[in-house]
Amino acid sequence: MSHFLEYLVRHARPLTWVMLALMALLVIADALIPTGYGRFPFDTIGGFGALYGFVSCVLIIVVSKLLGYAFLYRREDYYDDALPDGRPRAGAPESPEPRDG
Amino acid sequence: MAETVALAFGAWLHPSLLLILGTLAIPFLRGRVQQGYRLLLALVFLWVVWTIAPGTYGSLRFLGLDLVAGRVDTLSLVFAYVFSLITVIGTIYSLHVKDNVQHVAAFLYAAAAVGVVLAGDLVTLYVFWELMMLASVWLIWRRRTPQSYAAGMRYLLVHSASGMLLLGGIALFYFQTGSLAFEQIDIAGPAFYLILIGFMINAAVPPLHAWLSDAYPEATVTGAIFLSALTTKTAVYVLIRGFPGTELLIWMGAVMALWGVVYAVLANDIRRLLAYHIISQVGYMVAGVGMGTAIALNGSAAHAFTHILYKALLFMGAGAVIHMTGKSKLTELGGLYKYMPYTFLLYMIGAFSISAFPLFSGFVSKTMVLEAAAVDYRMWIWLMLSMASAGTFLHTGLKLPYFTFLGKDSGLRPQEAPWNMLLAMAIAAFFCVFIGVYPAWLYGLLPAPVDYNAYTLDHLFWELQLLLFTGLGFFVLLKHVGGEARISLDTDWLYRRALPATARRVRDRGGAAWQGLLTLARRGIAGFVTGLARHHGPRSLLAGTWPTGSMVLWVAIILAGSLLIYYV
Repeated sequence: MSHFLEYLVRHARPLTWVMLALMALLVIADALIPTGYGRFPFDTIGGFGALYGFVSCVLIIVVSKLLGYAFLYRREDYYDDALPDGRPRAGAPESPEPRDG
Repeated sequence: MAETVALAFGAWLHPSLLLILGTLAIPFLRGRVQQGYRLLLALVFLWVVWTIAPGTYGSLRFLGLDLVAGRVDTLSLVFAYVFSLITVIGTIYSLHVKDNVQHVAAFLYAAAAVGVVLAGDLVTLYVFWELMMLASVWLIWRRRTPQSYAAGMRYLLVHSASGMLLLGGIALFYFQTGSLAFEQIDIAGPAFYLILIGFMINAAVPPLHAWLSDAYPEATVTGAIFLSALTTKTAVYVLIRGFPGTELLIWMGAVMALWGVVYAVLANDIRRLLAYHIISQVGYMVAGVGMGTAIALNGSAAHAFTHILYKALLFMGAGAVIHMTGKSKLTELGGLYKYMPYTFLLYMIGAFSISAFPLFSGFVSKTMVLEAAAVDYRMWIWLMLSMASAGTFLHTGLKLPYFTFLGKDSGLRPQEAPWNMLLAMAIAAFFCVFIGVYPAWLYGLLPAPVDYNAYTLDHLFWELQLLLFTGLGFFVLLKHVGGEARISLDTDWLYRRALPATARRVRDRGGAAWQGLLTLARRGIAGFVTGLARHHGPRSLLAGTWPTGSMVLWVAIILAGSLLIYYV
């Protein structure tokens, strides 16, 4: 199994081109083949899904990161001083076992 | 009456009762025997649930209340089916764990969840609702870290609040209607909102959602599977049953779907990222409940079914990574595909399912909710949910696997996950693909007859373009999407920071005010004491005579008085 994955990783570059070509074909197909849906104004625009997907992705990343840097991000130990002295207490036996479930 | 009870329970074995009774034996068994017993118990539970015939069972009058322990119809069954299925999968996944508390807690939790969906009246529902909370919190605490202890405590507090609101709502509902039957809640007034908010807390609707992303990442590796499957989905069930067509829920659901996506961008802990995507996915279901049409409710139920399976699969994949490496942060992981290839591939099946790629389970259920929005011409809801869909693939399908299994080599050299974990993941993965390829199986289980085809040209074009070009965006912005070694504030900040800080301030300021008040009072008391000393002290007027002297005086007065009364 890992050989198969290695093979894919080694050929990442040509596979990327194949993927991009498929994506282009998809957009062209959507533009050419009518699907019969017309409930929203954009249903008939070929390739609107591709545009919306790309824009959504960029928008989600940019807006979230902006919110993060402006308001939401804190250092990792931000809440730690509220822990019970930073060590196990009642209901929490002595040895933490982060590895086991 | 005893006969009625015996008849009701003798003729029909409540699956929850079976599981609860079966759980009692677990602490007395050890080793392989116990493993076998747990698996057998889960399988029997699965068999009992899948063979229930629709109908009403276990009705009894208790303390003058009409209780129905088993209302079995297509809506309750579809949830009971998937709960029992995930109980088996979760049991296999946790077969290697040696912690009886977790085993008992997980089974009680599953029994309670099935109890909720089969409950025909609000009192039975409430009892199982609380049992669910009490059992599930142990799956968090048994991680046995200070963080999990604190997170479990907060989880308990939030769910106690939900239970309290629910109980208050049920009491008001009973006084208002005189009935306890759990059907659509269509009354005006506070009872409606109390019950609704109680349900919404468990469904993790913002701003009441932070308990989920706070607690689930701190749970045990195996306990998180049960948590991710049960609590929010029982809440979806009760919303479908009690509040279909509540307009407010449409918008809350759409906001919810995007809220989870935004926070998933900021998440660094892999299970926290997945937890935020539970919130996002439950948003689709909540929106479907709000729309309330037959196709929308079918879509919500179908999405709950597929969601439980693929989300459990994702949590199992992330859990396997944590189990084998001891690390849970994207910034500390990377390059694991060489060492855990099966975990990686099985995880990706879950990722394709949640992203709604064609031929995977999410596609046949998520497009159903979208279709419900489309036939009602709800354009903005449709666009918001589609955007959330892009975000789902972005994080669960790209960011998490890229920075965990691919990306830079973290230097970690773990072994592949144990066979039982892989087997549990494989079963879940099978259902993800099976439902995607053969949706008629799932559609046959849904509450209303399904007249819907997911595989239309339009759906295929739309979803594929949306997802593939989201992928393009991801790789274009690859440098900016990785995890950062930070945490992000959510609404739990209110009760973890703001309220305690306010309380401290009140204590400090209030303490000063109290001191001032005491000083004033002391001054008054000191004046009173001085006055007392002046009149009654050793050198005062009244102290001039000895106590014996004053006693003689008073005795004389009393004698004189009695003499007078005697003569009168």
